[in-house]
Amino acid sequence: MPNAIYIALIPLLPLAGFLLLGLFGRRIFKNNSGVIGTLLMMCATIISLYVAYGYFFEYGKVNGVYQKLIPFKYAWLVFSKDLSIDMGITLDPISVMMLVVVTFISLMVHVFSLAYMKGEERFSTFYAFLSLFTFSMLGLVISSNIFQIYIFWELVGVSSFLLIGYYYDRPSAVAASKKAFIVTRFADLGFLIGILVLSFYSGTLDFNELISRLTAPGSDQLKAAVTSSFMGISAITWGTFLIFIGGAGKSAMFPLHVWLPDAMEGPTPVSALIHAATMVVAGVYLVARLFPVFAMAAPDSLQIVAYVGAVSALLAAVIACTQTDIKRVLAYSTMSQIGYMMFALGVAKYGGENGLGYTASMFHLFTHAMFKALLFLCAGAVIHFVHSNEMADMGGLRKKLPVTHIAFLIACLSIAGIPPFSGFFSKEEILLAAWQQNRTIYWIGLITSGMTAFYMFRLYFSIFWNRDFNDHHSAHNHHGEGGGLITIPLIILAIGSIVSGFIPFGNFVSSDGSRLATGFHASFSIMPVSIGVIGILIAGWLYKKQSDKPDKISSSLNGLYKTAYHKFYIDEIYLFITKKILFNLVGRPAAWFDRNVVDGLVNFTGNTTQVISEKIKGIQSGKVQQYAIYFLIGAIGLAALIIYW
Amino acid sequence: MSEFFILMKSELVITFIIFLLLFIKIGKGMKNELLLQWIQILLLANCFVGFIDNRDGVLFDGMFHTSGLIAFEKNILSLGTYLISLLCVDWLKKTPHLPEFFILMLSALLGMFLMISSGSLLIFFLSLELSTIPVAALANFDLDKKISSEAAMKMILSSAFSSGVLLFGISLVYGATGTIGFASLPSHLDGGTLQILAFTFLFTAFAFKLSVVPFHLWTADVYEGAPIAVTSFLSVISKGSIAFIFISTLYKPFQALHPAWNNMLVIVAICTMIIGNLFAIRQQNIKRFLAFSSIAQVGFILVGMTANNISGNSSVVYFVLVYTFSNLAAFGVAAVISENAGKENIDDYKGLYQTNPFLSWIMAIALFSLAGIPPTAGFFGKLFLLTAGASAGNYWFIIIAALNMIISLYYYLRVIRAMFMDKNDEPIVRVKNNPMVSFALIICAVGILLVGLLSWIYEYIQSLA
Repeated sequence: MPNAIYIALIPLLPLAGFLLLGLFGRRIFKNNSGVIGTLLMMCATIISLYVAYGYFFEYGKVNGVYQKLIPFKYAWLVFSKDLSIDMGITLDPISVMMLVVVTFISLMVHVFSLAYMKGEERFSTFYAFLSLFTFSMLGLVISSNIFQIYIFWELVGVSSFLLIGYYYDRPSAVAASKKAFIVTRFADLGFLIGILVLSFYSGTLDFNELISRLTAPGSDQLKAAVTSSFMGISAITWGTFLIFIGGAGKSAMFPLHVWLPDAMEGPTPVSALIHAATMVVAGVYLVARLFPVFAMAAPDSLQIVAYVGAVSALLAAVIACTQTDIKRVLAYSTMSQIGYMMFALGVAKYGGENGLGYTASMFHLFTHAMFKALLFLCAGAVIHFVHSNEMADMGGLRKKLPVTHIAFLIACLSIAGIPPFSGFFSKEEILLAAWQQNRTIYWIGLITSGMTAFYMFRLYFSIFWNRDFNDHHSAHNHHGEGGGLITIPLIILAIGSIVSGFIPFGNFVSSDGSRLATGFHASFSIMPVSIGVIGILIAGWLYKKQSDKPDKISSSLNGLYKTAYHKFYIDEIYLFITKKILFNLVGRPAAWFDRNVVDGLVNFTGNTTQVISEKIKGIQSGKVQQYAIYFLIGAIGLAALIIYW
Repeated sequence: MSEFFILMKSELVITFIIFLLLFIKIGKGMKNELLLQWIQILLLANCFVGFIDNRDGVLFDGMFHTSGLIAFEKNILSLGTYLISLLCVDWLKKTPHLPEFFILMLSALLGMFLMISSGSLLIFFLSLELSTIPVAALANFDLDKKISSEAAMKMILSSAFSSGVLLFGISLVYGATGTIGFASLPSHLDGGTLQILAFTFLFTAFAFKLSVVPFHLWTADVYEGAPIAVTSFLSVISKGSIAFIFISTLYKPFQALHPAWNNMLVIVAICTMIIGNLFAIRQQNIKRFLAFSSIAQVGFILVGMTANNISGNSSVVYFVLVYTFSNLAAFGVAAVISENAGKENIDDYKGLYQTNPFLSWIMAIALFSLAGIPPTAGFFGKLFLLTAGASAGNYWFIIIAALNMIISLYYYLRVIRAMFMDKNDEPIVRVKNNPMVSFALIICAVGILLVGLLSWIYEYIQSLA
C-alpha cells in the first residue's frame, strides 16, 4: 500500500501555491510568483510520476489485475451509518494516468507562461488562478466519493470562470466567462440530480460501494433502480443519463458545447491547459469512472453517450473547416476529439475484448492531451509573434519560428492519425472498437478523421506556408521565437506526441483492470490512414501554393496558360464544392443551427425572465391599501384552494 | 425556583440589559461611543450565556418550554444581534438616541425568544406583537428622512392588518377545538373545514412575517426605507425566529393538518422563489436587491419544511445559521459603503475591487454563499434543504427549486461582476475600515467558509432535532 501523505501532496502543493500567491503574490513575490508556482508544480509532477511508477509496476497489480486502492479516506459528513460524504484518494489506472497528465501538462503550461505572460499587470494573480485550477482538477481525479467529485467539479468550474475572464477589461472575455459558467452550471444541475438519484437507489455515495451495488446482478438496490421508473424510463437510466449531462457540459458535447469556442478569450496557455488537455476531458473521465454502471446496468444511457459523442465529433469537424480564427479552429477540433473519446466509451462493453473502446478512449485522452496542448502552445507562440488570431495575418512563418513550425507539424501529423505519431495509435484503437461494435459510428468516425486531417493542415499551411510573412505587424518588435521558456515546453511536448503512442496502453488501462492485448492491425489501418493522407493532400494542394502563384507566373510565363488553366479550373471546383456546397449547405446551416437554435435557447431563458419581471412590477406599487388587499386575496385564495381542492 | 432562572436565562439576561439601558437613559447618559462599547460587551456576554447549562423543561403550565434545539436557535439570534451591533458601528455612533435604539431592538429580541419558547397560541400572539412593534419604531430611526418614516408607517399598518387576521384565526381555532395550548391541540384536530380555514389564517401570519409571496409586498418598501441596521435585523434575525417557530408549530401542534399545510407550503414556496427571483433581477438599489433575494431564500427554507421529518427541521436551522452569516456579511458591506460613500446603487459598486479589495472579497464570499456555490456554507445549506425536501418525494417541486437556484446565480453574479470586472471612471473612494466592522465581517466570512466544511455542526443540529 502506498503512503497517503505524499499522494496527498500532489493536490496540496498547487493549493499551497494558490494560497501563497493569492495572498502575498502581488505585494511580496511580484515577478517571482511564476517561478514559485512552477517549482511547486514541478514537485507535484515528480511525485505523481513516482506514484505512477509505483502503482503500475510495484504495488498496483494483484494476480494480474489492477486493483482500486484507497490509501486515504476521511468520513467528512456522516448522514447515517451507510450514507456519508468522504474525502478520499482513489488510485486506479485511470486516476493515476490523469494525475500524470494533469501535473505534466500543467507544468508545461506553467513554464510556457513564464515567458508568455511576462509583463502582465496581474502576473501573480494569473499563477494563483492556475494553481487553483490545477488543485481542483487533481482533487477531481482522485475523488473516492461521488460527492467529492462534485465539489471539485464545481471548483474546477469556478477556476475556469476566473481564468477565462482573466482579461477582465475586455467585454468579450467577461461575456465568455459568464457564458461558460452558466452553461456548465446548467449541466451540473443534471449531474447533481443524477447523483441524488443514484445515491438514493444505491444508498451510498462511495464510488466502490455504488458501483458494486448497482452492478451486482440480483442485488436489491439494482432491482429497485431498474424496476422503478419515471416517464417510462427506469431510474438507473435517468440517473446515469443525468450524470452524463453534467459530463457533456464540461466536455463541450453537442448541444452544450456553445461555451467552448467563446472560452478562447482566455489567455492561450489557459486554453492549452483547461480547454484542451484537462478540464474538458473531465466529462469523459466521469463516464469512465462510472463505466461499470453504464455498461452493465444502463446500456441505454451508454448508447446516448455513443451517439452524442459521434454527432459532436462530426459537427465540430464540419464547423472547424469554416473558421478563420486559429484558436477557434483548435477549439472545435478539441470538441471533435472529445467526441471520439465519448463514442469510444459508448461502444465499449465491460470486460475482456469488448472493453477495447474503454482502453482506446483513455489512450486517446492521454495522447490528445499531449498533442492538443502542444497545438495550443504553438498557437500561443504564433499569436505572440504576429499579435493576431486571424489566419489572414499569418503565412510563411516557418522561417521565423522554426521550432514552433516543426512542433506544430508533429502535432498536426499526430492529430491527423499518420503513423508513427501518437494520435495514429489511439485513433486506430477507437475506430477498431467502433468497427467491432457499431458500424454507423465507425463510418462517422472515419469521415471525421479525414476532415480532421484536412482542417488541421489547412491551419498548418495557412500559418507556416501560403505566402511570405508580411512583416509590418512586428516591424518594431523583432523578438523572434521568445527563447527557451517558449521553445522547451514545445520540444518536450513534441517528443511526448511522438513517443506516447508506443505505450502498450492495454497493459495498464482496461475496463476490468486485467491486461488487454492491443495490437497493430496493418490491414485495418490502411483505410483511415489513406483517408487522412488524402485530407492532408487536399489541404496542401489548396493552401500551400496559393501565394506561390505569382512567383511561378513570373518564372515560367510560357507554361502559364496550361498550368493556370488547370489550376483555375480546379480552384473553381474547389470553390464551388467548399463555398457553394460545403459552406452553404453544410457549414452554414450547422453554424446557423449552432447560433440560432442552440444559443437562442440559452438566451431565450434569460430574456423571458427579464420580460416577465418587467410585466409584474406593477404589483409592487408602494400603496399599503393595495398590499392589504393582495394579502386578503392571498389568504382567502389559499384557504379556498386547500379546502375545495 | 432555580430551575426557573436556568430555563429562562436568555430572556432574563435580555430583560436585565434592557433595564440597565433604561437606567442609563434616565441618569446622566453616556457618550455614544463608550455606551456602544458597553452594549457590545453585554451582547457578547449574552451570546456566551446561551451556551451555559441548557436543559429541557416546561414552565407556567406549559405556556413556556425550552430544549437544546430552542437554546441553539436562541444562540443564533443572539449571535446575529451581536454582529449587527458591530457591523453598523458607523451609523450607530451618530444616532442621537442610542439607548432607545437598543432598548427597542432587544425588546424585539426578547419577543422572539419568548415566541420560540411559547407553548400556547396566546403566548405566541403576545410575543409576536412584542417582536414586531418595536421594530416598526426602529424603522423610523433615520429621523431626518421621510422615506424612513414611510417605512415605519407601512410596516405598522401591514403588521396590524396581519395581526388582525391572525387573531381571527386563533379565535376560530379556539372555537373549533376548545383549546389553544400546543400540547393539547393535536388531540382535538381532525382536519375539518373550519379547522383548516382557521389554520390558513394562522399560516398567513407566518407567511407575512417571513415575506412569503403574496404576503411579501411590505418588505421591499420597508427594507429600503429603514436604516441598514434595522433592515438587516428584520431580514435575518426576525425571519430566522419566525422560521424556527413556524417549523415547530407545523411539525408538532398542527401535525394532524399535514396534508393541508404541505400543499400550502408547496404553492407559496414556488410563488416565493419565482417572484422573489424575478424581482431581484430588476433591482438597482442594493438594499432592495438584498430584500428580494432574501424573499427567494425564504422560498428555499419552505422547501426544506415540506420534508416533515427530523432532517427537515435540522436543515432549516442549519440554513438559518448559514443565512445569518451570509446575509449579515452582505448587509454589513452595504452598510459600510452607504455610510461612508453615501451610495446604494449596484451601478455604484462598479470597480469596487480596485479601491476596496477587502470589502469586495467579503461581499463576493457572501454572495457566492447566498447563491449556493460550493465550497461555501450556502451550498451545503441549500443542498440539505433540497435533499430534505426531496425525501418527501415531490420531485417536480425540487426540480423547480433547483432551477430557481440557477436563476438566482444570474443576479448574484451580476453584483460580483460589477465589483470585479466592470470598469468605472469614478469608483467608490477608498473606505477607511473600522476595526470593529472588519472584525465582524471576518467573523461572517470565516463562518461562511467553516460552517460548511466543519461537518460536526450539522451533525450536532441533527442530534438536537
